[in-house]
Amino acid sequence: MRRQLLGAIAMATVSGLSLAAAALAADEDPKLVVNGEIEMITRAPAPEHVPNFSEVTSGWLYRTEETQALQMDDFENPGMLNVEQAIADFNAPAGPEGQSCSTCHESPDVLRGVRATYPKWDEEHKEVQTVEMQVNECVTERMKAEPWDYDGARMVNMSALIASVSRGMPVNVAIDGPVAPTWEKGKELYYTRFGQLELSCANCHEDHYGDMIRADHLSQGQINGFPAYRLQNAGLVSVHNRFKGCVRDTRAETFAVGSPEFVAIELYLASRGNGLSVEGPSVRH
Amino acid sequence: MKPSLAVIAVTLLAATGVRAEGDAVSPEAVVFGERGNVEESLTGQPGNPEAGAEVMTTKASGNCIACHQVTALESAQFLGTVGPSLDGVADRWSEAELRGIVANAKMAFPDSMMPAFYKTTGFIRPGNAFTGKAPDGPLPPLLTGQQIEDVVAYLMTLRAQ
Ligand code: HEC
Ligand code: HEC
Repeated sequence: MRRQLLGAIAMATVSGLSLAAAALAADEDPKLVVNGEIEMITRAPAPEHVPNFSEVTSGWLYRTEETQALQMDDFENPGMLNVEQAIADFNAPAGPEGQSCSTCHESPDVLRGVRATYPKWDEEHKEVQTVEMQVNECVTERMKAEPWDYDGARMVNMSALIASVSRGMPVNVAIDGPVAPTWEKGKELYYTRFGQLELSCANCHEDHYGDMIRADHLSQGQINGFPAYRLQNAGLVSVHNRFKGCVRDTRAETFAVGSPEFVAIELYLASRGNGLSVEGPSVRH
Repeated sequence: MKPSLAVIAVTLLAATGVRAEGDAVSPEAVVFGERGNVEESLTGQPGNPEAGAEVMTTKASGNCIACHQVTALESAQFLGTVGPSLDGVADRWSEAELRGIVANAKMAFPDSMMPAFYKTTGFIRPGNAFTGKAPDGPLPPLLTGQQIEDVVAYLMTLRAQ
């Protein structure tokens, strides 16, 4: 078997040395440019508050070339269909006064920059807010409509729209001031070994990114690409939904989507990706 | 503070442990030596190496190859790289040491990422298998004593030729 493989490599070397070398170089440091115009930062120097990394890397780098390609063109990215649905919702009147998102925000584009700084402190409510929480604040307090399900299709689609208009911008989430206690809690949860398998997020995503766990290529578990279109679910997956899956896989009782624990982990993880581009909706296997 | 009845009931259950039919030594009663070794067989029955290989490669069972490579098990495909290769492992460790590593690797390697396969208590937010829900009762160990003996018997065949 090994001999055969070596033989094959030798043949390839003779027939197309330069081609093979070029292909290899391309594989090692692929560039993510969406629609030929949005240049994504997929590697960045690690922020100071992530002492165990020298570099932070996007989950996109760990996927196969086929999956990577799907994120490079909005016509190929299935998550962009969800974004289109959200654009319709953005303009759809709701509540007693028939307001829509566009009543206050002229177009989705004016929300450029939002995704890059969330979760963040909300002074009025004295809490750390995720994009989903902020959307529900608008829906219930301004439009006076019924809150959307945190993990429902409508919310996940809207969060994809809000991410999409910030694509390419570096994540820049604050960790000091009033959010500091939540950030600390998120950090503690990140290093807690949950479940009967006694595994922490860090065990897989800090100590072993780049390794294979069965058929999966472990990434740093960054969230700059969320929501992510997962081919295996044939659907868009929210950040908290992804957390739920990872906690479940440790044979643990998970936390609920929208829970204070997941908000804290989201803040902590978002800050670990400071410097990487907003990529949502990304495409994952 | 007086412990409530429920707490007492849970404690009693935990102390009794969940022992599979035929396991002589319950997870709580396993005696680990200084190197994390377990001298006494968990069942008193010899292990079956073929059954052990099956446990190691089955996703819903031991799933050892999620993390480890074993050249002899390569046909199972998708071997993980989180843990070291187990080739020649029987040259490095005795049977008692291997039994201890599989039962609870943290005894030999503190802070190891390797899960403890014969342990039923002391977890943070344990769930009901992979459902994400709370367990309905005491947790069974990840593997039965006999499955561990089978795995150890298989590991004992992994010697450098
Ligand atoms: C047993 C291993 C394991 C543990 C423990 C684990 N994960 Fe994951 N996680 C994976 C695998 C496998 C994937 C899919 C491949 C990848 O992107 O790493 C993944 C993917 C992710 C992703 C998606 C990354 C992307 O770019 O698509 C996030 C975010 C994530 N995990 C967060 C977490 C958090 C938060 C925790 C702890 C609460 C956690 N993980 C614990 C195995 C694990
Ligand atoms: C989640 C990952 C993971 C799983 C699953 C796992 N292991 Fe391990 N194993 C490790 C790591 C990591 C080490 C290295 C020891 C350390 O932590 O320093 C190890 C070490 C070992 C060793 C010692 C190897 C040596 O050469 O020193 C043996 C033997 C072993 N494992 C057997 C098994 C068996 C058998 C199973 C399944 C029943 C299993 N492992 C499942 C991660 C894992």
